[in-house]
Amino acid sequence: MTERPILRVRGLTRLYGRTVACRNVSFDLWPGEVLGVVGESGAGKTTLLKCLSAQVEPTDGTIEYDTRADGLVDVFALSEPARRMLLRTDWGIVHQNPRDGLHMGVSAGGNVGERLMAVGARHYGNIRSEVLDWLDRVEIDTGRIDDRPDTFSGGMQQRVQIARNLISRPRLLFLDEPTGGLDVSVQARLLDLLRQLVASTGVAAIVVTHDLGVVRLLAHRLMVMRGGEVVEHGLTDQVLDDPQHAYSQLLVSSILQV
Amino acid sequence: MRNPVLEIHDLAKTFRLHVQGGIEIPVFDGIDLALHPGECLALVGASGAGKSTLMRSIYANYHANGGRILVQHRGTVVDMVGAEPRTILDIRRRTMGYVSQFLRVVPRVATEEIVAEPLRMTGVEAAAATDRARALLARLAIPERLWSLAPATFSGGEQQRVNIARGFIAGYPILLLDEPTASLDAANRRIVIELILEAKARGTAVIGIFHDREVRDAIADRLFDLKPGELAA
Ligand SMILES: Nc1ncnc2c1ncn2[C@@H]1O[C@H](COP(=O)(O)OP(=O)(O)OP(=O)(O)O)[C@@H](O)[C@H]1O
Ligand SMILES: Nc1ncnc2c1ncn2[C@@H]1O[C@H](COP(=O)(O)OP(=O)(O)OP(=O)(O)O)[C@@H](O)[C@H]1O
Ligand SMILES: [Mg+2]
Ligand SMILES: [Mg+2]
Repeated sequence: MTERPILRVRGLTRLYGRTVACRNVSFDLWPGEVLGVVGESGAGKTTLLKCLSAQVEPTDGTIEYDTRADGLVDVFALSEPARRMLLRTDWGIVHQNPRDGLHMGVSAGGNVGERLMAVGARHYGNIRSEVLDWLDRVEIDTGRIDDRPDTFSGGMQQRVQIARNLISRPRLLFLDEPTGGLDVSVQARLLDLLRQLVASTGVAAIVVTHDLGVVRLLAHRLMVMRGGEVVEHGLTDQVLDDPQHAYSQLLVSSILQV
Repeated sequence: MRNPVLEIHDLAKTFRLHVQGGIEIPVFDGIDLALHPGECLALVGASGAGKSTLMRSIYANYHANGGRILVQHRGTVVDMVGAEPRTILDIRRRTMGYVSQFLRVVPRVATEEIVAEPLRMTGVEAAAATDRARALLARLAIPERLWSLAPATFSGGEQQRVNIARGFIAGYPILLLDEPTASLDAANRRIVIELILEAKARGTAVIGIFHDREVRDAIADRLFDLKPGELAA
């Protein structure tokens, strides 16, 4: 087992005025591990994810990331360009709304290839063949490489986002409701795809979702949030099958599970 | 005698149902047992006595309230009670398998891949793992035309045999079996008994729940009786 976590979070707190969006969150994420985050609307899941992915600055606490060059470093102590570089290379972010994660005016191929260029790829032919390969892996007809994502269905847009984020071989993936807003058959397909890709690439991931079926299939570990705080945290199947906290019990019993 | 592969001390489990006014369901307390390689222990007791709960607690699917579950794992002894999730997952990957009473169907994944997965997780190359999965499916009389389909539409007995194949493929040193033969016909039950006996002969330690007397007599070396109400009174 690797002895160093890829992400080390301590006492993470984010306030909006007097609103406590998330408070005192601490955990380690290990390479290749998938952490699920569940909880009711307004629990602070998106805020937590945005802090972790350096899109929102925490009010308090630390987030350390295991950089390839220097080991664990405080993400918010990095310079702005260094942080942006991490976002474009080491990390991937799959947004709930594909509009936040894709350039709608640029071709699907352009969207997917962009991140490959961010990690230094220059040869047009190589980039295009790798993009074709990834479109195929997320089950998008490669004949549509030059079409714009705003001509795609929601499920296809979500798959373009996933290809865009995975093509550069990130070490850490953030996903906010990756299957939200899609119909059930498309959800199952996307979920199966994510499961395979996460397993085959060994990427570590944090997945925010309302869907306990998603975490059961995808997450090794599960965090239950309420009112900005983590009320329970443990092995996914243990939290789902034998929840300890009153709120987790309510959550599990009130949602139909797969 | 060799060292036990599994040793349980003073294990306790009580469910607290917060949603139902905080009522408590004490299931067991003060459980001690030891299991050696090649040995099979059958859990017995009335319905509701806590057989499945004990088995799930040993697999860490349920949260034990107290006690220790000591497992021989990668050459050392690990206490699963209070262990980190990734340690438990590593124990499940290498050391301890669990066959639940019903298969949890993964959407869209082919049966042969579902069965091959635990073997791949131990580092065996994909093609070799799939070959081994096919051999086990054949042995368990699952028709070849079903191997490439997802088991969602399979009959109860077919799903259960897929579940059994998945449990046996990786050759775990410890195997937990909850009613593995419950939904099977006589011919398939006999195949499963053979599989369990072969695993025992190779040194696998088994804890099983077998409603069927015949199955239990054929496999178990010892019985462990869980009597409801016999909690540390
Ligand atoms: N930019 C912001 N400005 C002010 N308040 C905010 C902001 N972002 C989030 N909040 C507040 O912080 C709390 C947590 O919001 P967050 O978006 O993290 O919830 P969530 O768990 O993702 O909910 P949902 O499941 O509905 O997406 C909410 O009360 C929200 O109103
Ligand atoms: N997840 C759970 N949450 C709450 N109570 C549970 C849970 N699982 C089991 N129990 C309770 O624990 C007790 C023991 O149940 P268990 O399923 O272990 O019995 P069993 O001996 O396996 O019975 P059977 O032979 O009918 O399968 C029962 O009172 C049951 O209601
Ligand atoms: Mg949100
Ligand atoms: Mg039972």
